Amino acid sequence: MYAVRRFAVRRSRFFLRLYRVFEAAIVLFDPLFRRLGYQRLEGPVAFAERLTKGFLFDCRMCGQCVLSSTGMSCPMNCPKNLRNGPCGGVREGGFCEVRPWMRCVWVEAWEGAARMPGGIERIRVVQPPVNRALEGSSSWLRVAREKAAERRRYGRSADPSKHMLARAFRRARQIEPAAAPTAFEPDSALSVQWSRQRTAVFDYEPGKPAADTDAEGRE
Amino acid sequence: MPAFHEREPFDPTLHEPPAPPPGHRSGSILERVLRRGEFAVTAELNPPDSADPRDVLAAAEPLWDVADAINATDASGANCHMSSMGICSILSRCGVGAVLQISCRDRNRIAIQGDVLGAAAMGVGNILCLTGDGVGVGDQPGARPVFDLDSPSLLRTLRTMRDEGAFLSGRKLATPPAIFLGAAENPCVPPLEYRAERLAKKVRAGADFIQTNYIFEVEPFRRFMARVRDLGLDGKVYILAGVGPLASARAARWMRANVPGIRIPDAVIDRLERAARPGEEGKKLCIELIREIREIPGVHGVHVMAFRREHLVGEIIEESGILKERLGVEA
Repeated sequence: MYAVRRFAVRRSRFFLRLYRVFEAAIVLFDPLFRRLGYQRLEGPVAFAERLTKGFLFDCRMCGQCVLSSTGMSCPMNCPKNLRNGPCGGVREGGFCEVRPWMRCVWVEAWEGAARMPGGIERIRVVQPPVNRALEGSSSWLRVAREKAAERRRYGRSADPSKHMLARAFRRARQIEPAAAPTAFEPDSALSVQWSRQRTAVFDYEPGKPAADTDAEGRE
Repeated sequence: MPAFHEREPFDPTLHEPPAPPPGHRSGSILERVLRRGEFAVTAELNPPDSADPRDVLAAAEPLWDVADAINATDASGANCHMSSMGICSILSRCGVGAVLQISCRDRNRIAIQGDVLGAAAMGVGNILCLTGDGVGVGDQPGARPVFDLDSPSLLRTLRTMRDEGAFLSGRKLATPPAIFLGAAENPCVPPLEYRAERLAKKVRAGADFIQTNYIFEVEPFRRFMARVRDLGLDGKVYILAGVGPLASARAARWMRANVPGIRIPDAVIDRLERAARPGEEGKKLCIELIREIREIPGVHGVHVMAFRREHLVGEIIEESGILKERLGVEA
């Protein structure tokens, strides 16, 4: 809802603090999630995420949430899906080029970021394009997988496509690993089934076994 | 009118792709001019609604003697015309520097990365990365808007192709494209206070040069450039200010109402309205603006967008005196 999402941007500082606590908790729960199985959790968690974030931020479930880098204004509400700031068509008063009755998502984002500690530094970071195969999946679980994987150095996918993207957008990945994920994705988190075999095609060093992980992210 | 390029026709079946000179990213004439510290001129070509290459040459003819590179728009305003790729291929075969414009509105990352290799193979040295206007303002508002990438992520993708020699997927390129990367910025529309920040983001993403949208009043642009200098960007990117002659008060009002991202102050429209010959007045306004912009520190050139008034571009550039300066002739 438009009014709620504008409220969330005005309270961006509060929502950032709330999210920080929540994120710490879900990252802590990673061992439990792994025991229960990310594959199985995907459906119910994505449903809960869609309800909460949909109500608060008009979340579109891109699966790669960067709200804390965009002043709590969801960039997927931009009719052009811009992840890196406003286009050149913003109207007088900061209204959208495509939907003139709506405030530009990115004008809102800058205002929200200015209210958040460190918000301006984060909004300056170049964000990678969205991985459309992850649309509809839970960003919360992805954050848990990515951060736990970083901490334990497990679950690194051998898919070089994800690594090149993560390398090209290194800073965005450092700040928000789920923006350019490299950890293992359970099948239930993919809206498009991509071929597991394609890693073999793209492998730079033929003969070297792919260091992929099992369905639950164990090596 | 003197010719300013060393015009070398390029035929991909006979020649090897031009190698960039030392310290350059591309073989582009525009890059060479900018790196020499000269005031550069680029001009926008009005793409034909035609499949005849002679129509491209006719549209380019008034521009190629005064411009260091000609921009071929990519369905600007979401109106369908001959593709930028087709026009740039023809221009590069004639030895004219071309700027390929890529709008994220119409193509996804697979199409774009392939196009970039194709353009570089055809001898195109400059690529301008744009987000693109929404489909709603064009002649086919029912088209599906793509927006798979945006301008900064497109810049970073092309920089990865050029500098890392790989697609975004990680697959290696046999020969990376030698390209001079550009982006746009609109200094005169909201949010004014963040426009320079957005430029900084594009520079971080990989922009080597910037061509701005239309500027019709110098004050907001001056403030924008002051902020750009505060952020230290004037030493990191070449900025070409976008200008263009208005035909009449009516045309100006129409543009203001119908083309996204155009700000024309009432004072300019009043002057056109009061003028006996509005076309001449529009040209005069443009020349005055170029002279003022020339004096702003950190501006490295102008980008002339003379939609349906291409015949005036030569006179505008000559009368503004910027090329005489370049030749070391007293203006």
